[in-house]
Amino acid sequence: MSAVVVWAETTEGRLKKPTLEALTAGRKWATTLGEPLWAVVIGDKLSENIPDLIAEYGAEKLIRILSPEFSTFIPNAYARALAALIREKNVSYVVIPQTYDGRALAPLASIWANAALFSGITTIPEKQAELWVARRICYSNKGLEWIGTAHLPLIITLKANSIIPEKSPYSLTIEDFSFRPPVEDLRAKPVGVEKVSTDKVPLTEAEIVVSAGRGLKGPENWTIVEELAKVLGAATACSKPVADVGWRPHHEHVGQTGIQISPNLYIAIGISGAIQHLAGVASSKNILVINSDPEAPFFKAADYGIVGDAFEVVPRLTEAIRRYKEQHSH
Amino acid sequence: MKILCCISHVPDTTTRIQFTADGKALDRSGVTFIINPYDDFVLARAAELKEKNPTGVHVTVLCVGKNGASSTDSVDANLRKALALGLDEAVRIDAEPLDAFFVASQIAAYAQDKGFDLFLFGKESIDYNGSQVPGMVAALLGLPFISYATSIEILNGSAKLTREITGGKELIESPLPLVLSAQKGLAEWRIPNVRGIMQAKSKPLHVIAPLSVSPRVQTLRHEPPPPKGTFKKIEPERIDELVQELANKGLI
Repeated sequence: MSAVVVWAETTEGRLKKPTLEALTAGRKWATTLGEPLWAVVIGDKLSENIPDLIAEYGAEKLIRILSPEFSTFIPNAYARALAALIREKNVSYVVIPQTYDGRALAPLASIWANAALFSGITTIPEKQAELWVARRICYSNKGLEWIGTAHLPLIITLKANSIIPEKSPYSLTIEDFSFRPPVEDLRAKPVGVEKVSTDKVPLTEAEIVVSAGRGLKGPENWTIVEELAKVLGAATACSKPVADVGWRPHHEHVGQTGIQISPNLYIAIGISGAIQHLAGVASSKNILVINSDPEAPFFKAADYGIVGDAFEVVPRLTEAIRRYKEQHSH
Repeated sequence: MKILCCISHVPDTTTRIQFTADGKALDRSGVTFIINPYDDFVLARAAELKEKNPTGVHVTVLCVGKNGASSTDSVDANLRKALALGLDEAVRIDAEPLDAFFVASQIAAYAQDKGFDLFLFGKESIDYNGSQVPGMVAALLGLPFISYATSIEILNGSAKLTREITGGKELIESPLPLVLSAQKGLAEWRIPNVRGIMQAKSKPLHVIAPLSVSPRVQTLRHEPPPPKGTFKKIEPERIDELVQELANKGLI
């Protein structure tokens, strides 16, 4: 008897969206396997509401690995704890959310748990003959690759927005797993955090992203972008040239060398659609392009296109969405 | 200080992607291969550290790969390009990169007894975007791993780094040796000058036989992405219809 284990990444007493996606994937995988779903939280303490949230998304057991050394995320220490759990409990299947921290944790844990790793897959693994098989996107969205392994344990990370979080309430038991990381895993010390945005939706988790480029002509014109983002509850982003000249901060740059995103809706305003930009956004489920140049290459990658002046079209779109939301909010 | 920069040999972003008839691999004919763009940040930072302390810093560039049939698919040529930034020597481990575990095992085995202080990687390669190899190397060698680093300064045998996290950045201090994967920001990209290119021609490039390692993950097949849905052009006057359609799809 084994289990599917999900690393539940918590933040300020809530579960991050990628954790909900990971729990949902874990639940489906566990049901297929006929095995239980366990969530593991690593930290120095556990917020009171976390167990209820975890039970809501289908976990049957919550394993707490609590120790003062886990007050902030240290990849080596967290991975050592997760690997110890995998070994000691004979766990064969592990799901890790594909966040900044999850992507640091997974490869370390895979080595120390002697596991295979599927990274950034877009499907829940399926058994085909002797192999576990899953799909991932490759070559800047210009191809798909099916990968397989017979090696267990198997750790997976899922690309953001590959699965829609679904509630599936279970009754939860709580168990403590006692583990303290060796000092050698605490050599890299986090000494502080600088927050750049507090009230905005994180770009990597956003379901809708509103992005703009050089077509906006100057940083003072971003109000129309922010207003559209606000009415949609979207994150804001920008193209590389705009970040390079300092109109927008670098952490908003999406594209090949910036952040790669795959929201449900990507709205590109005044961005021509260079291939390096597309490499970072082409896996978005729906793309709306607004550009005054009907020949802009971005239209070829779009689902919807509006040819027109952004300064006219964007406020009109914002207004139309606001009106729609007012009419349908009751 | 000894630095090891590990780079990937990847198809140029603008290249057309086709797969072999059995779908097992990329059809490499006519494809131009470049140094992975994230690795360029790492090479530039290594070059900066070398410039500041030419005699005290030694930089090795490593790639796991086989040279292709054409001149646009040469790992050696890309290693020489890296050396042209003023770095010291290059190593090519002569094997097809079968999976991340295979590649990480090769790098760890090579580096084990060489006394490197800094292992620098790009955060991911643009072919499969797996983000796996740097962390695996750190685990195999038992070294601190700092991912998505946007800056590193070295002072008296230890490092001060910043790392990108959701909604901000984290400051980290770590002793050496350490393994780092770089995000944009670590350094400005550099273009080699003519003198660097000339000097790179006579710098050592060691070709090493690989270790026998079984990969853990295999490629079953590739396929082209699903065809794009139909494109709908919306007249600015009919924006309400677009809003209705987005709402029908549950997008807003």
